[in-house]
Amino acid sequence: MSRHTLSVLVENKPGVLARVSALFSRRGFNIDSLAVGPTEHDDISRMTIVVNVEELPLEQVTKQLNKLVNVLKIVELDTSHAVQRELMLIKVKADADNRSSVLELVQLFRARCIDVAADAVTIEVTGTTDKLEAFVKILEPFGIKELVQSGMVAIGRGARSITDRSLRALDRTA
Amino acid sequence: MTERMTGAQALVRALEHVGVDTVFGIPGGAILPAYDPLYDSAKVRHVLVRHEQGAGHAAEGYAQATGRVGVCMATSGPGATNLVTPIADAYMDSVPMVAITGQVASAAIGTDAFQEADISGITMPITKHNFLITDPDDIARTIMEAFHIASTGRPGPVLVDISKDALQKETTFVWPPTMQLPGYRPVTRPHSKQIREAAKLIAEARRPVLYVGGGVHKAGASADLLTLAELVHIPVVTTLMARGTFPDSHPQHMGMPGMHGSVSAVGALQQADLLIALGVRFDDRVTGQLSSFAPYAKVVHADIDPAEISKNRHADVPIVGDCKDVIRDLIAALETAGEKGDYTDWWTTLNGYKETYPLGYEEFEDGSLAPQYVMQRLSAIAGPDAYYVAGVGQHQMWAAQFIEHERPGAFINSGGAGTMGFAVPAAMGAKMGRPDAVVWAVDGDGCFQMTNQELATCALEGVPIKIAVINNGNLGMVRQWQTLFYDKRYSNTNLQATRRIPDFVKLAEAYGCVGLRCERPEDVDATIKKAMEINDVPVVVDFVVHQDAMVWPMVAAGTSNDEIKIARDMAPKWENEE
Repeated sequence: MSRHTLSVLVENKPGVLARVSALFSRRGFNIDSLAVGPTEHDDISRMTIVVNVEELPLEQVTKQLNKLVNVLKIVELDTSHAVQRELMLIKVKADADNRSSVLELVQLFRARCIDVAADAVTIEVTGTTDKLEAFVKILEPFGIKELVQSGMVAIGRGARSITDRSLRALDRTA
Repeated sequence: MTERMTGAQALVRALEHVGVDTVFGIPGGAILPAYDPLYDSAKVRHVLVRHEQGAGHAAEGYAQATGRVGVCMATSGPGATNLVTPIADAYMDSVPMVAITGQVASAAIGTDAFQEADISGITMPITKHNFLITDPDDIARTIMEAFHIASTGRPGPVLVDISKDALQKETTFVWPPTMQLPGYRPVTRPHSKQIREAAKLIAEARRPVLYVGGGVHKAGASADLLTLAELVHIPVVTTLMARGTFPDSHPQHMGMPGMHGSVSAVGALQQADLLIALGVRFDDRVTGQLSSFAPYAKVVHADIDPAEISKNRHADVPIVGDCKDVIRDLIAALETAGEKGDYTDWWTTLNGYKETYPLGYEEFEDGSLAPQYVMQRLSAIAGPDAYYVAGVGQHQMWAAQFIEHERPGAFINSGGAGTMGFAVPAAMGAKMGRPDAVVWAVDGDGCFQMTNQELATCALEGVPIKIAVINNGNLGMVRQWQTLFYDKRYSNTNLQATRRIPDFVKLAEAYGCVGLRCERPEDVDATIKKAMEINDVPVVVDFVVHQDAMVWPMVAAGTSNDEIKIARDMAPKWENEE
């Protein structure tokens, strides 16, 4: 089993997320992480899907995804040639006595403190899965009250864009 | 062309423009606005069925007999959910179908309104694509897109759900609309390098087999297949979905492979060194235990659906494309190369299997009727020009085995989904698509009781199909498994036919059809001939057959094809490898 990151360009239409996620569960694949959002083009949304599968089942799920009429393009992003980021918001116990220790860690991880209360601080941090895991681990002794994390988003390095050709296909039908 | 009209009128006009001549359906609240302009259409004939499932299977039968898109229509909620089975069936067998359903008004969607069901959500995994329309401006374009998706690439069912208010509101009808399907681009032209690679493997092979599936006839490539097979002189097996695609009578035909395939066909696959798989999907009923399927074979796999290639069995040469293009390109490549394989030993082996293990069946000492004999006589009397539409179970397998399938597309059945009750409505649809042809439904008594209400539709609409009910008084295929694997404990498979509840002859008469009964072998020919002479109303023939008739050969589920049995505890003797 290995982790793969798929970037999926889809038409920005109702129900597309349901089609994609239902396909994964129906064909017996587990999604590790899923993020959906708009792109530079109004008619296109981009999903970043992280799956933990063997090479062959990945080929099958990619082919099945390609058959969805609303799916425009699928690219597997090679981790060594792509930037991957997740966003996490964490509420940590911190009072006047230990707040400065927490803020020091925030500095070290290049995170940001976005809310402060008398007995807690809320921190925003972005990075790779590894970095976020390390950050959580080091904050644990203080007491984590609440944690929320986004799915991973990823983009290839260099000048090439995966949306160019899909845009041309959209223009042809418009 | 631009005109103001209601969404409902736009729907009917769009159906006319895409060439629909027959719609099977039942009206109801949400779809009611569409039925009003449909009443006036001179081009579209609406056939009022008795159950929406019948509408769906009729659309499938129509589609398979004509090669055109079959259309069914239903209202929201239960009307739509009754279409689920035929939609799933069409999805499994790649049948081009468009299902149009009414939906509650857009403002009521999501409120659990009366007769509301999320049919686009429900059918998501069993349609090639589906649409929910709430804006009348989208109706014409969506209908065009639905027909395009259903009929191109790998065919399949498309559902169009239209809210009641979208049908009622006014719109500007524009034809032709511009389709907006940027993500839909089926590949039909095969890659020339892959074709050359396949041709090379064919020339090198010593024991090649053409493994032919439903995709070949769907591509209209049956004639090309014959040319290819004769050019290279390679044995051919035809799957359940491909019966008739290559004529049974042809000396190169080895029969049907799979769980109830012939020894020659199963043996050919198991001992092959090359499978040329055309429009097939390596279904479990063909492969048996996958790990021991065709263990010596390299695989050339051509299919229009890239996801089928290497899904179940690794393809050494994958070819994505329409089977017609693939076969024609293969012929050209093989002719150019000029090399021919030497298959002499292979033919000796296979012809040996064919001679030693022909299809056969058991006659009963008490003089009762063997269902296989009925199939043979039906085939001889109705001939290859008739359409044969089977349900699911033992009778389906006997129809596949003992009818001489000579004509591509003339055998229609529910293969992938295995939907009992398919035959009567599908035969009705086939007959409406091919009114000049003789259409025989071959049904079991279990299947027949699931959808025989469409006899009323047939009688009233003037659709004189003929139905051979192979009545063994049991859910025969399940009973066969109980005989073999459950120690003859016949749990809930006996339909108590001896009490004649219902009496199929009286049932036929009640529905305005002719009912005939045949219980002895000596009456079979006369009964079939009598049924052939009746062409104004449907005919139901109750063939009362022996309940212990079994389907042989058989590969038990999950076991290797090598373990095929020609009768209980009787295995064929394979020739030694090399």
